[in-house]
Amino acid sequence: MPERTPLDRVRDFFEVNEGYRLDHAAFEAERCLRCQDPVCIEGCPVNIPIPDFIHAIAAHNMPEAARLLRTANPLPAICGRVCPQEVQCEMLCHMTNRFRPVAIGALERFVADWERDQPVEQISGESTDKPARPARKEKVAVIGAGPAGLVCAGELARLGYSVTVYEGLHAPGGVLRYGIPEFRLPKDILDWEIDMLKRSGVEIVCNVIIGKTLTLDQLFDEFGFSAVFIGSGAGLPQFLGIPGENLNGVLSANEFLTRINLMRAYAFPESDTPLHLGKRVAVIGAGNTAMDAVRSSLRMGAEEGHIVYRRSEKEMTARIEEHHHAIEEGVQFHWLTNPIEILGDDEGWVTGLKCVRMELGEPDESGRARPIPIPDSEFVLPMDNVVLAVGTTPNPLLVKSAAGLETTPKGCFVAEETSGRTTRRRVYAGGDAVTGAATVILAAGAGKRAAEAIHADLNEDAGRED
Amino acid sequence: MYEILEKHTLTPITKLFRIKAELIARAARPGQFIILRVHEAGERIPLTIADYDSETGTITIVVQEVGATTRRLGALEEGEYILDLVGPLGNPIDIPEGGHIVGVGGGFGAAALLCFMRSATLRGDRTTTIVGARNKDLLLLVDELRIASRNLEICTDDGSTGFKGFVTERLKQMIDGDPPGRPDYIVAIGPMPMMRAVAETTRESEIPTLVSMDPIMVDGTGMCGGCRVTVGDTVKFACVDGPCFDAHQVDFDEAIRRTKTYLREQETACKRLETEGVIHAS
Ligand code: FES
Repeated sequence: MPERTPLDRVRDFFEVNEGYRLDHAAFEAERCLRCQDPVCIEGCPVNIPIPDFIHAIAAHNMPEAARLLRTANPLPAICGRVCPQEVQCEMLCHMTNRFRPVAIGALERFVADWERDQPVEQISGESTDKPARPARKEKVAVIGAGPAGLVCAGELARLGYSVTVYEGLHAPGGVLRYGIPEFRLPKDILDWEIDMLKRSGVEIVCNVIIGKTLTLDQLFDEFGFSAVFIGSGAGLPQFLGIPGENLNGVLSANEFLTRINLMRAYAFPESDTPLHLGKRVAVIGAGNTAMDAVRSSLRMGAEEGHIVYRRSEKEMTARIEEHHHAIEEGVQFHWLTNPIEILGDDEGWVTGLKCVRMELGEPDESGRARPIPIPDSEFVLPMDNVVLAVGTTPNPLLVKSAAGLETTPKGCFVAEETSGRTTRRRVYAGGDAVTGAATVILAAGAGKRAAEAIHADLNEDAGRED
Repeated sequence: MYEILEKHTLTPITKLFRIKAELIARAARPGQFIILRVHEAGERIPLTIADYDSETGTITIVVQEVGATTRRLGALEEGEYILDLVGPLGNPIDIPEGGHIVGVGGGFGAAALLCFMRSATLRGDRTTTIVGARNKDLLLLVDELRIASRNLEICTDDGSTGFKGFVTERLKQMIDGDPPGRPDYIVAIGPMPMMRAVAETTRESEIPTLVSMDPIMVDGTGMCGGCRVTVGDTVKFACVDGPCFDAHQVDFDEAIRRTKTYLREQETACKRLETEGVIHAS
């Protein structure tokens, strides 16, 4: 897929990938073998009919491609940009054996972007210009307007329920809003997807925290909801517990990215929220969040962006494309490097990161080679900021205020994988709140399955058939 | 959008707002706070809920105009709206019944004590509020606090009214047995240096002392960790674990240092506000 050159893009937040044009896309679509047994679909958490929509592109039948895509995935423009296709559908593509796989993700994005340019009424053949009248009397509440919640809400609205989504922040989108930077997922795309949901009848109420502003019980008893879906994500940042973590200039990746993405610190002082960055920024961790943070630091004006990771490149969890883009943009990688202390000056500002070199040993519980410190290998990387991207866990606010909801020792909601049913009747959960930090598409899939389960259960309650 | 029903100017730079916010007013308890945003490009700032009334569905906040956002807020008038308002956040103040509870309020922190002192008085506790300011013109909500607590002790640095000296000096006298008597529990709300001074004043006596920390915050829900405070040997998030902590365990040096992270940017923002006069952007 065409993309902007690293030099051109590294100082602004505009999107890196430029997307296909129709001739490119049709050409790429022609490469699909239309296998008898389309294993790519099995690699897709929401089972998009991949060969069918690709075939429609090849046939220049864009409305059909869009329809096929949207019925399976309510957030195609987003997933086409942020899914780790290389370990999902594209990994299973039969072309992969001899050539490169069909660029399924890029094609998905192409179709979704095409759709965005069409008059809304035409989209997917559904009349979306007026909110669908609730065909069912039950109301369903969704907690959290991130990917899981939005998809669940969209599905429920399509099934005719009136749906209210409660969001704690002042804008909907969850991690799509505060976490993923503009250069990977432009906010106007997110806004458009959310707008589509609202047009389908979903109501989104911001600035309400379930567990604080309202309780789960109130949703059932006072507001008369028949079912509640929890998609509250995994927003609690973890720290390492090493000395110096509270020095000025040390931030969680969540804070760092939230300041930039949700609060628009890149526009300071036009926007009121600042970010105080020096010349050298170290990001600890090597997942997508770490890549997002380090690449954002360059765009915020840092001269050096560093990734510090205690394992090796092979164990890195970021998408290949993000890693690749980070290399192109000049990010420096310190593999097998474990931070043990953050150093500061007399006034408490970060001056450096003390690390120890590691080597790989036997596999650990995660199946990845365990990193072991090499004796006497300590050294200091001079730094002005340290950003911790070492994982997040679910937020306990809701659990604390609600009886009957079981969680795992890690704070994740206990929920059936196929239905999202929790330990409390008519309460469902899905996405990162259940799995711990995972991907957008897995959350979307969970939201969709929960919507189906809610539909089935409410039908049962009402003695309905369909 | 949250309507401002009432606005009072308490001192030239301290404003009180009564705001329509039904859900928050119903859920609020003394000691909790809200986060608000004044305009589209605005930052999120935390403010203690000074008072709330579930009947009328309103909350009261008091702001001191010290930065760009608080100045924008201070410029809003009755009938205007606050763009975003979320809460109640944090945990209520939790103090056992039956003792002599002393609230110490420094500067505009006095306002933050209002609903807590009232609720403690109403449940039958012996309550004393000590408020302090540089001079009598800078004292806040004296009449309200007088009604809300059994005893009110006023301190001014210049002696223009009440006790001449700091709140901590008056507190020390009470700890030593001066009427209205030795405190059993102390809550201090105000600027961090003042809360630290209270902590030092009560440390030796081992009287349980709470301080309400207001570090830098973004979300207020445990999501960013910007509000970390070291308490004893653990790191807490003030927004979800606090905002009140054991005063004798809080690392004030670190907390005060961390509030200075954005000093330079705060100045930039204030200058911009002055030169461009962009107060009314809501
Ligand atoms: S304000 Fe973000 S975690 Fe407390």
